[in-house]
Amino acid sequence: MELPEKEFLAPGHRACAGCGATIGVRLALKMLGENTVAVSATGCLEVITTPYPETAWEIPWMHVAFENAAAVASGVESALKAQGKTDTNVVVFGGDGGTADIGLQALSGAMERGHNLIYICYDNEAYMNTGIQRSGATPYGASTTTSPHGKESFGEDKPKKNMPMIMAAHGIPYVATASISYPEDFMKKVKKAAEVDGPAYIHLQQPCTTGWGYSPAKTIELGRLAVETGSWILYEIEDGEFKVTYRPVQRKMVSEYLNAQKRFKHLSDLEKEKIQSHVDAICVELKI
Amino acid sequence: MVLKVMSSNQAIAEAVKLVKPKVIPVYPITPQTTISEYLAKYVADGDIDAEYIRVESEHSAISACLGASGTGVRVFTATSSQGLALMHEILFAAAGLRAPIVMADANRALSAPLSIWNDQQDSISERDSGWMQIYAENGQEALDSVLMSYKISENKEVLLPTMVCVDGFILTHTVDPVDVPEEEEVDKFLPDYNPEHAYLDPKRPMSIGTFTDPDYYMEARHDMEVAMEKAKTVISNVSQEFADTFGRKYDFIEKYRSEDADTIIIAMGSICSTIKDVIDELREEGEKVGLVRVRVFRPFPVEEIYDAIKGASNVGVIDKNFSFSIGGVLHNNIKSMMDVNAAGFIIGLGGRDIKPSHIKEVVEKTKNPSNKPLWIGLKEEQ
Repeated sequence: MELPEKEFLAPGHRACAGCGATIGVRLALKMLGENTVAVSATGCLEVITTPYPETAWEIPWMHVAFENAAAVASGVESALKAQGKTDTNVVVFGGDGGTADIGLQALSGAMERGHNLIYICYDNEAYMNTGIQRSGATPYGASTTTSPHGKESFGEDKPKKNMPMIMAAHGIPYVATASISYPEDFMKKVKKAAEVDGPAYIHLQQPCTTGWGYSPAKTIELGRLAVETGSWILYEIEDGEFKVTYRPVQRKMVSEYLNAQKRFKHLSDLEKEKIQSHVDAICVELKI
Repeated sequence: MVLKVMSSNQAIAEAVKLVKPKVIPVYPITPQTTISEYLAKYVADGDIDAEYIRVESEHSAISACLGASGTGVRVFTATSSQGLALMHEILFAAAGLRAPIVMADANRALSAPLSIWNDQQDSISERDSGWMQIYAENGQEALDSVLMSYKISENKEVLLPTMVCVDGFILTHTVDPVDVPEEEEVDKFLPDYNPEHAYLDPKRPMSIGTFTDPDYYMEARHDMEVAMEKAKTVISNVSQEFADTFGRKYDFIEKYRSEDADTIIIAMGSICSTIKDVIDELREEGEKVGLVRVRVFRPFPVEEIYDAIKGASNVGVIDKNFSFSIGGVLHNNIKSMMDVNAAGFIIGLGGRDIKPSHIKEVVEKTKNPSNKPLWIGLKEEQ
C-alpha cells in the first residue's frame, strides 16, 4: 500500500513524545485528503493541536465541547448536504471518554440518524488529558488515578465497555476496530468508512506513553503487543458481516503485553491468568 | 395586509419559513413543541428547503446548530425550560464562537418542582451566556423579532446569537391576529447569509474552537462585550429598517402612557398586556400610571430605561424570575445601573395566574415601597 506523502496534521504540536493519538490522526487524514472537515471532542487531541493562536490542522477543524462532537458533526454534515457539498468528508476524532462515556448519547443519536460521517474513537483507555482517570474503556486490571491498585484493590474491576459492538447494534453500515501499529489495516478501514454511504465508526486503539507507563520509543511496539497477544482484535463489520482483518501467526502470551506497562505491573499471577483466559475464550471463538 | 389568526408558536414558525434556514435541529419540549411540529410539516411539504435534524436532546440541538452555523449557513432551533438549561454549556460556546444562531425560547419554569407553565426563569438564567435576548409581548412581535434577530445577529459588527423569548402557553398556545409578511419583502429586508470569515471550508482551512491560555481568553470575552455594545446601534438601525419596510416599529423599550406618569411599572413579555389594561383603568380614575416594557433585555438598554423613568416619583419592577436573596433580576439590573429607587416584585412563577388585581396591588405597593422584593399572588398561609 502506498502511503500518501501529504500531511494534514502539522508537526510542532504539543503532544507528548511517542503520542499514539497524533499518529492515528495523521494516518486517517492521509486517506481522507484535503476535502475533509474534522470535528474534535475536548481532550488531549484538541488541546495539543490548537493552542491559540497556533493550529496543527491543515484542514477545516471545529471543536465545541467534550460530549457533543457527534452532534456538532451532525450539524456540519447536514449543512454541507444542504449546500450540495456531499463530496466533503466529515470526520470526528473523540477520545474514549468523549466517546464511550460522556459523548455516548450524542454519538448514538448521530449514528441512528444515519448522518454520512466517520467517527474515529482514539482509545487510550483512560482520561489521559486530565491525568489518567478511569473511563468506560479502561481495561480490567488497569491501575488509574481513580481506580488505583492498593491493599483492597487490584485496579479497574470491570471489563472494557464494548463500544464497537454498541455501534454495530445501531445497524450502521460500517464498524471497525483498528490499531495505530497496523497502519495499512487502519488506513484501508478509513478508506472504506469514507466510501460508505452513511455513518461509519472506527475504534482505534492507541497506546499512551504516560497513561500506560512505558518508554516513548515503544508506542508502536505496545500497539503490536496488544494485537499479537489477542488483547485487542482487529475486525470490521461491513453491512452486518463480521470479519477478523488480522490474525497473529502465533498468538503471544498476554503477560508479555501486561508486563510491558506500568498500569498492569501490580497484577498478581492469578489476575494475569484470569485476563489470559478471558482473552483465550474470545480468541478461540474468533479462531485467532 | 391580510391578518391571520395564529399562536405565537405558529407565528415563529412562519418567520422561520421566511428566513429560509438551511439546518433546523430540534427536540420536543412543552410548550415549544408545536414550533418543531410546524417546521417539520413545512419541511415535509417542501415549504422550507432545509435539513431537519431530529436530534436526541436539546444539548445536541444547539450543538448541531453550532456545527451547521460553523459551515456558514443560517440555522434555527427552539426550546424551553429544562431544554434551555440542558443547552447551558453550549449557549456559552455558541456566543463565544460568535455564531449568529437564532433560537426561540418558550418561557417555562425550571424544575423542581416540575412545572410546564410559564415564568421567565429559564432564559433569565442564561443572561450571562453572551446571547442577545428579546422578550415579545404577542405573536406579531414574536414573528417580527425572529426576522430582525437574524439581521442583527449576522451583522459582522455583532456576530452574537439571539434568543427570542415568548411566554409559554400565554403566547405559545393562544391565538391572536398576525400579519405574515410577503416573502419578497422579507428577502429584500434579509438577504441570504454570506459569512465573511471563520467558517468551515476545505478551500480555506481554519480552526474554530481552539484552546486558549490566560494570554488570550480575556480579550476574546471582552470582544464579545464590545460586540454586545455595538449591537445597540445595529438593533436601532435594524428596527428602523424594519419599520420602513413593514410599518411596525420596535424599540429597546416600549413606553405606554409613561411620559407624564408619577408611577411607572417596568416589566417584560405578555404580562405587559395585562398591565396596559390596568393602566387604562387607573388613568380613568385619574391616577398617573404608566408602563415601560423592556423588550431587549440583552444588550441591556440602560439609557433608554433611565430616560423613560427618571421623571417618575415611584418605580416598580415586575420579575417572573428571582435570584435568591436579592430578588428579581430585571429589578436588580435596573438598581445596579441607574440612580433610581425602584421597588421589586416577584410574580407569576410556575404559571401562577396574574390578575388585574395583582397589578393594582403592585401599583399600590410601588407608591408605598418596601425595601425588600415582594412576592405577589402567594397564597395566604394556611
